[in-house]
Amino acid sequence: MSNQDALQGYSGEIRALLEEAGVEVGDEVEIRAGDEVYRGILMSRYELADPGYIVIKLPNGYNIGISASRVTSIRRVAPAAKPRFTQPPRPPQKPGLPKVVIVSTGGTIASRIDYRTGGVRAALTAEDLLSIVPELAELADLDARILFSIYSEDMTPDHWNMMAAEADKLIRGGAEGVVIAHGTDTMGYSAAALSFALQKPPVPVVFVGAQRSSDRPSSDAATNLIAAVRVAGHAPFAEICVSMHAWHSDTVIAIHRGTRVRKLHTSSRDAFKSVNSEPIAYVSGGEIKINVRNLNPRGSGDYRFEPGFSKDAALIKFYPGMPPEILEAIHNLGIRGIILEGTGLGHVANKLIPTIRRLVDEGVFIGMTSQCIFGRINMRVYDTGRYLLKAGVMPLDDMLPETAYVKLSWCLARARDLEEVKRLMLTPIAGELGERSMPAIREAAVA
Amino acid sequence: MKIDYREIGLKVGLEIHRQLDTRHKLFCDCPTTPREGGREIVFIRWLREAQSELGEVDPAALFESRKRRMIVYHADTENTCLVELDEEPPHDLNREAVEIALTAALMMNARPVDEIHVMRKIVIDGSNTTGFQRTCVIALGGEIEVDGKKIPIQTITLEEDAARIIEQKPHEVHYDLSRLGIPLIEVSTAPVINSPEEAYNVAYAIGRILRATRRVKRGIGTVRQDLNISITGGALVEIKGVQELELLPKVVELEVIRQLHLLKIRDELRSRGVSEDDLKREPIKDVTSIFVKTSSKILRRRIEGGGVVLALRLKGFGGLLGLEAAPGIRLGAELAGRARAWSEVEGIFHTDELPGYGISGEEVMRLREEVGAGDLDAVVIVAAERERAEDALERVRERAIEALYGVPPETRGARPDGTTIYLRPRPGAARMYPETDIPPLPLPREYVEEIKRRLPPSLDEVAEWISRRYGVSKQIADELIDSEKVEIFERVVGETGIQPSIAASILVEHMKSLRREGYEVEKIREEDLLEFFRRVVRGELAKEAAPEIIKWLAQNPDKSLDDAVNALGLKAVSLEEVKARIAELMEANRDLVRSNPGKAISVIMGELMKTYRGRFDGGKLYQLVSQAVYGQVRD
Ligand SMILES: [Zn+2]
Repeated sequence: MSNQDALQGYSGEIRALLEEAGVEVGDEVEIRAGDEVYRGILMSRYELADPGYIVIKLPNGYNIGISASRVTSIRRVAPAAKPRFTQPPRPPQKPGLPKVVIVSTGGTIASRIDYRTGGVRAALTAEDLLSIVPELAELADLDARILFSIYSEDMTPDHWNMMAAEADKLIRGGAEGVVIAHGTDTMGYSAAALSFALQKPPVPVVFVGAQRSSDRPSSDAATNLIAAVRVAGHAPFAEICVSMHAWHSDTVIAIHRGTRVRKLHTSSRDAFKSVNSEPIAYVSGGEIKINVRNLNPRGSGDYRFEPGFSKDAALIKFYPGMPPEILEAIHNLGIRGIILEGTGLGHVANKLIPTIRRLVDEGVFIGMTSQCIFGRINMRVYDTGRYLLKAGVMPLDDMLPETAYVKLSWCLARARDLEEVKRLMLTPIAGELGERSMPAIREAAVA
Repeated sequence: MKIDYREIGLKVGLEIHRQLDTRHKLFCDCPTTPREGGREIVFIRWLREAQSELGEVDPAALFESRKRRMIVYHADTENTCLVELDEEPPHDLNREAVEIALTAALMMNARPVDEIHVMRKIVIDGSNTTGFQRTCVIALGGEIEVDGKKIPIQTITLEEDAARIIEQKPHEVHYDLSRLGIPLIEVSTAPVINSPEEAYNVAYAIGRILRATRRVKRGIGTVRQDLNISITGGALVEIKGVQELELLPKVVELEVIRQLHLLKIRDELRSRGVSEDDLKREPIKDVTSIFVKTSSKILRRRIEGGGVVLALRLKGFGGLLGLEAAPGIRLGAELAGRARAWSEVEGIFHTDELPGYGISGEEVMRLREEVGAGDLDAVVIVAAERERAEDALERVRERAIEALYGVPPETRGARPDGTTIYLRPRPGAARMYPETDIPPLPLPREYVEEIKRRLPPSLDEVAEWISRRYGVSKQIADELIDSEKVEIFERVVGETGIQPSIAASILVEHMKSLRREGYEVEKIREEDLLEFFRRVVRGELAKEAAPEIIKWLAQNPDKSLDDAVNALGLKAVSLEEVKARIAELMEANRDLVRSNPGKAISVIMGELMKTYRGRFDGGKLYQLVSQAVYGQVRD
């Protein structure tokens, strides 16, 4: 358990009661409550649960909660048994495999369960990963490291910089592929960030996550990870990409371009979709099937490391009734650039236009994307769009709002002036801009 | 064989599972009725058990996990959502199900837990899309009395039902998801049952209590009984999935016979001096060449498909593999079951049953010679791809070694004839850990007290009440209850206004005798029965049509009452038509009507029944005919 508290989750009177009895989580205890006698292992309690209950694991494996108000005595029967986990031997390494490094940033791509206490422990070392997903040993000469361990919603542009620096270091150190294990909530942002920071890399950098936690037998973590390692080590292309399920089946993993991918479902395995473009490849049946042309080839000699992300960018979703003062307030925070998620082809209420004009005049970059998610901005079709253009709003074509925000953060960190920001924002750098708009087709690789 | 069950120390514990009749599933809002007709989705998964912290990791386990089967799920959007697909976290624990389980628990004098914790119990055969079954203890320490004996109820749990297996191939298994997530109550007794009949009586008593909640599902597939059985000197064997209550005594009896048989074989093997070392050292031999020209179709097909025939001599086992204690209870069947379950081979052959199955005496001789088998030895052969055949014979060897020690503890599956087959070894400590997606649910004392105050009457009380309320005998009332027809009976009487005795006689007597004749009457939809009675009351169908209609519906469970009526030519007939036909017949029998009115009535009735049986109420018909005949006579 990461928390060292011997009575994790217990507070107030119950905690005092347990302390008085000299018991700790994991101990075998006997609890008398009314006429009943319960025997079992004292379990930790969730911090946010009702504090009035003691949780024990019965000999049959079930947990139950005992109301503290009924408890008359608590006795320690036996001290906690020490976990007896022994590291399994590393599976034999097949020779001649590419060197792939897995970088953990948080979340758990693999875990172990202590059935005695119900505890779940993240497995983050190469040995751990190989013992849980032994298929990896046949795909790559694997190394693993922990960069940091945070929830993906707590990521900031600083973390993008750290991830970029780590990937760059590994690439220069001879890694033939890098896999970054990442919580899924903001994985799309991080993938976009590294797409701008690591331009035309010589090896793939593959983000991977899991929509179902790795402590369950049905987790998508292992299949996503196997595909990620396969792409990192063996793909003929060297792109910053995301490796996640294409559909409900475990059979097809889609490889999305880092600047084109968005989490479009809260919980399903196929939450990640390429938007306004196709996945660059699918992995199925142990093969990488390339799906688009003009990919950056593995071993590309044009690699440029361009780190640096500014915290002065903001992403704002327009909504009906939005007061112009919101934009003022944001500007007052020191924000130097705003990506608007407008309606439809790229609109916001006309009432906002004077404020927008003033901000642009003061040197704030304002770019327009669409909250439709799918499709391309066009601000010349309706009056409002034309007024917004005139006010200095820059239409960002078919760029995803999140990608536009990440790119703006990257531009603000390096451009000398607003003009350069504008120029950079409209320069395609990592496939984020200017795809041909294609009609909806059935996902052939999925069927 | 007469068995003294006390003498042999029989101990049986029961686990009774029953589906609850809730509005929606245990962890989502899907209906618990098998509604179909939505979009069909087929998807593929693999399961991989997260490794235990206790270091149960060895290369063999890794190898096993890589031999996993592909799991194909079939989902219908009418009864399945993203929760069953394991694509959405479970919703809160269904409070309606908790309440039913609590009601049953209190009726068994069990003590509800103060706070419910949902657990994940690892099951990686694919029957749960998650790889675990969600389950929780509702109450502990109950007790019921059966024939004057106190039977402790150890736990009452609430869990999600598993997906239904629809197809199985060596590397592939198909499941239908509609059943997944239906709430199940599980009642576990202490292992205090000492005879087959007592197993039946206890299961019957628990069933009556569950049904007294009036909120459990009825009919095929809604009840499953698991047993654990041991005898002195034998082993604890778990038997899963007995669907019919009536089968329980037979399952217990056959398991006792099986264990006694295995003990007898153990003693015989010992007296023959068979040793574990000999069995371990015995090499597996390739005997394909003996069978290249065999007339055994199975062997030839395997060999032609690139497989091999491998043989293992079992020293000292001669005659013991084929020895039968009861139909199907042979050591040979045990070896085959083990090989099938682990290595997914079709089966094995052993010399106790050869020559046979197209294998000639000549081939058997050469086989014995090849492996050096003497008269007291047996030889087992398997035909499959080499790796699988080897694996299968290793399983056979393993099971043969266990025979030296008597009864292996294992989990077995019940078959419809009461025999069992090997499923898997008995699990060690349950692999369970908390379901963190569902918060613990406190059961405040006031809430439990409230349920206690509203406990439903027992089924004995219900029978009394039914008997009084509807004017049927206590015996009929009991039969309505035992045949699970009391609910439909009350509906029929309440909704159609039919005379209760007519409804009861059709629902109890007709159905029972037709069932005895082999008609699967339980397949008939309640809606169709209800509609039948409705039409009887409206005079559109005669109650005499019941047996024919019930037979037809039992044979055509997908069809409706309308289809039955059409197929059987039971289209309603109008009063006018009947009267006109009576007038015709009166005319035709004019003389008889005058000379012998009684005879005339029966002749005319006989004619009428030929056309109108089941289409027009017989009593009413008789009334019409006698009115007509005597009316004319008076004239
Ligand atoms: Zn559902």
